[in-house]
Amino acid sequence: MRRANLMIGAVTAAGILAASPAGAEEPSGKQLYDLFCTQCHGVNGDGWGLNTGDIRVLPRDHTEKAEMAARTDDHLFKAIKHGGTAVNKSNLMPAWDANMTDAEIRRVVAYLRELCDCSAD
Amino acid sequence: MWGQPRRGPWTSLLFAALLATSGQAGAADSKAFVEGECAQCHTLEKPAEFTVERMLNREAPDLYYAGNKFRREWLVEWLQEPKRIRPAGTYFGQNVVMGDERDIVPDDKLEPHPAYSAEEAEKAAEYLMTLRPYDDLIAEASYQEKPVSGMMGKMNFGKFKGCDACHQPTPGTGGLSGPEVHTAFARATPEFLFSFIKNPQAWEPRTFMPNPGLNDGEVNKLVNYLRFLSEE
Repeated sequence: MRRANLMIGAVTAAGILAASPAGAEEPSGKQLYDLFCTQCHGVNGDGWGLNTGDIRVLPRDHTEKAEMAARTDDHLFKAIKHGGTAVNKSNLMPAWDANMTDAEIRRVVAYLRELCDCSAD
Repeated sequence: MWGQPRRGPWTSLLFAALLATSGQAGAADSKAFVEGECAQCHTLEKPAEFTVERMLNREAPDLYYAGNKFRREWLVEWLQEPKRIRPAGTYFGQNVVMGDERDIVPDDKLEPHPAYSAEEAEKAAEYLMTLRPYDDLIAEASYQEKPVSGMMGKMNFGKFKGCDACHQPTPGTGGLSGPEVHTAFARATPEFLFSFIKNPQAWEPRTFMPNPGLNDGEVNKLVNYLRFLSEE
């Protein structure tokens, strides 16, 4: 059974509130995560997204505190911007540099820190 | 030509005028039909802004470049007997819920597309095929038909390029967030497929398809594999 994480619910609500009317111009980290990341990493970020039924390498669980804390913000930024192969991980994690600006990727990294409720060690 | 009866100049002019009027009426009728039937869910005009918010709220695929994308004969057939192309809907996030093992799309979440008569389907296709804001992108696409090995194509589509993480190359295999691709070559022109795979953001800056960063040869291999899949 997967965790129905109350903390994530709170984070989600905070994310929605953060999406102000100016959201059309500046999407929040959560909005970007929802659009680009949840298809594999799951709606609550636990790595069990819609696409994991027939996938060769399971996506990372972004709610796993210890694993996420072991990665710096720059490492996460690089993995998102240039894809899994840029950090010696699976090519199933694509490069998102055409989908998001650097500033937007930084907001996704900040959202990842909310999901794991952690900062880099 | 073809043994037509001879007509005087005035008769010819009148005939031409009548033809033009009926053509215009047909086009107007076709446009009105599409606007009445499709516009509630589909975007028929190029958006003023391409935003993340638009993508999160989009109810159906954009049709404003339908004429740059579809094969007319496929459109006419599909509109009479629509089959789901995007297993999780246009934007999966609107339909996905947490399941016991992984995220799922509940069976009752997705609405079927309405089916139309042959006459209505022809009418819709007539207008949709006139929507061509991206002729320039299509003109740049350098697709070359080449033979493809099914086994190598599968390995390339899957293991090497990772496309199957989001797309189904055959029914029941692959990912669910993107459109299935086993009918892609039947529904879209090779030039569209080439152009979209090469640079998805040129078509929709906020698409959730990543840019795979491929050269023309690599894109050609994928499009030819899609052709192979459609012939299976």
